Amino acid sequence: MNSFSYARPSDISMAVGELVTHEGAKFIAGGTNLLDLMKENVEQPNRLVDINRLELSAIEDIEDGGLRLGALLTNADTAYHPVVESRYPLLSRAILAGASAQLRNMATNGGNLFQRTRCYYFYDLATPCNKREPGSGCGALNGYNRIHAILGTSDQQPETTCIATHPSDLCVALSALDAVVRVTGPKGERTIPFADFHRLPGDEPWRDNTIQSGELVTAIDLPAKGFSDYYAYIKIRDRQSYAFALVSVAVGLEIEDNRITDARIALGGVAHKPWRKPEAEAMLVGQMLSEANFLSVAEALLAGAKGYGHNTFKIELAKRAIVRALKQAAKLEPAS
Amino acid sequence: MQTTLSPESRTSLATPLPEKHAVKLTINGTVHHLELAPWTSLLDALREYLHLTGTKKGCDHGQCGACTVLVDGKRINSCLTLAVMKDGSDITTIEGLADESGLHPLQTAFIEHDAYQCGYCTPGQICSAVGLMQEGRAKTADDIRELMSGNICRCGAYPHIVDAIQEVMQLDPNA
Repeated sequence: MNSFSYARPSDISMAVGELVTHEGAKFIAGGTNLLDLMKENVEQPNRLVDINRLELSAIEDIEDGGLRLGALLTNADTAYHPVVESRYPLLSRAILAGASAQLRNMATNGGNLFQRTRCYYFYDLATPCNKREPGSGCGALNGYNRIHAILGTSDQQPETTCIATHPSDLCVALSALDAVVRVTGPKGERTIPFADFHRLPGDEPWRDNTIQSGELVTAIDLPAKGFSDYYAYIKIRDRQSYAFALVSVAVGLEIEDNRITDARIALGGVAHKPWRKPEAEAMLVGQMLSEANFLSVAEALLAGAKGYGHNTFKIELAKRAIVRALKQAAKLEPAS
Repeated sequence: MQTTLSPESRTSLATPLPEKHAVKLTINGTVHHLELAPWTSLLDALREYLHLTGTKKGCDHGQCGACTVLVDGKRINSCLTLAVMKDGSDITTIEGLADESGLHPLQTAFIEHDAYQCGYCTPGQICSAVGLMQEGRAKTADDIRELMSGNICRCGAYPHIVDAIQEVMQLDPNA
């Protein structure tokens, strides 16, 4: 780990000011990902701004029936909160599918949005990686790419190639729920729809998200619609617990008289961000609950999916996981 | 051949180190005042500065759970937090579980169930199990397995670890 200085601001404007005045500084909250990356020398901030003493840990009702999750609320306190469990069980399930009990006690909701990819080549300083070192190339494209992306990749120009995935479970649920991220920065406050928070690698794979320099996530707003009657979170991984997703699927449905009136499907482990396709979801509206309908939607969601050798199995795996998640959400089969 | 730098060149090459920070930690009921560089992990503060070596360094990357301690009553990986971030906290390590009346019930149960082989992961397993019981979420052996998945036992003593925890929780072993 490199040498760095440390500051512990007591309010939000001081925290933002720290990042404005110190180039190379980073916020630290739970630290579970950042400190790991610092030990690997992948991240080398020259100053850590500890935001843990800011008052951003509340859960509160907001207008129009939604719920505001403080950025510093831990993953565990969010997943086990009675209001989250009853109104947003999809979120609880997704959080508890990730990490370990110890890590969920440390990791914060805001920090989770900034988790970086677990691509081996991103972690390995001896190999090229356009995300870690822009323009250096991609070790995964022709390397060992079993955990890598099948959708929305950047693979045409060597200097911008990136087939990394976003590792979060929580973000897959937030994507399905159409959450809104609240940030405060040097230019004041703004809100970012969840679909616009993370980005595809495109021609700037080193940028994971659309946050601007010095901006601090203060809260995540959940809209009123929580899909608490019909939902599922399925996570396929190499061991039963405490592993990142090869493929995960978050589903929320609204059903009346055996017909679907609203549908959300978000995929994890397959792209640089949680994968949504509203036009595929719209195919389900007005439809009966049938495996054939679910299979059509799965194929639409995965249109254009591309494997890179070791990860080609993910295309069929994702298709089956989507169908299974839809069947579980519709209560055609028990939750797994 | 000269293999060390002269004092003059050492000075000229050195960049000033960031200042140390005063850190107050209450550990197993005793207040400690430390002066630590900001990059000192809580784990290194416990082991290297306070010589509480019961807490183990396994992977140092939050993957094995050997470094699990309780901070303000919650189990965490002490390798993935900085001591300076925990200034003012109340910490319980494996050394703080026994009292005058004897071992903690989980310590006794681990011995009775032979819930280890080499023992390196055991302090983390036991601190994690204390946290698990305080959280109150585990109702079955499957729940224990899921909620203890952050503690790796390379010897594979998992069945006995689950048995020991189940006994202390007074869960029905057939559940």
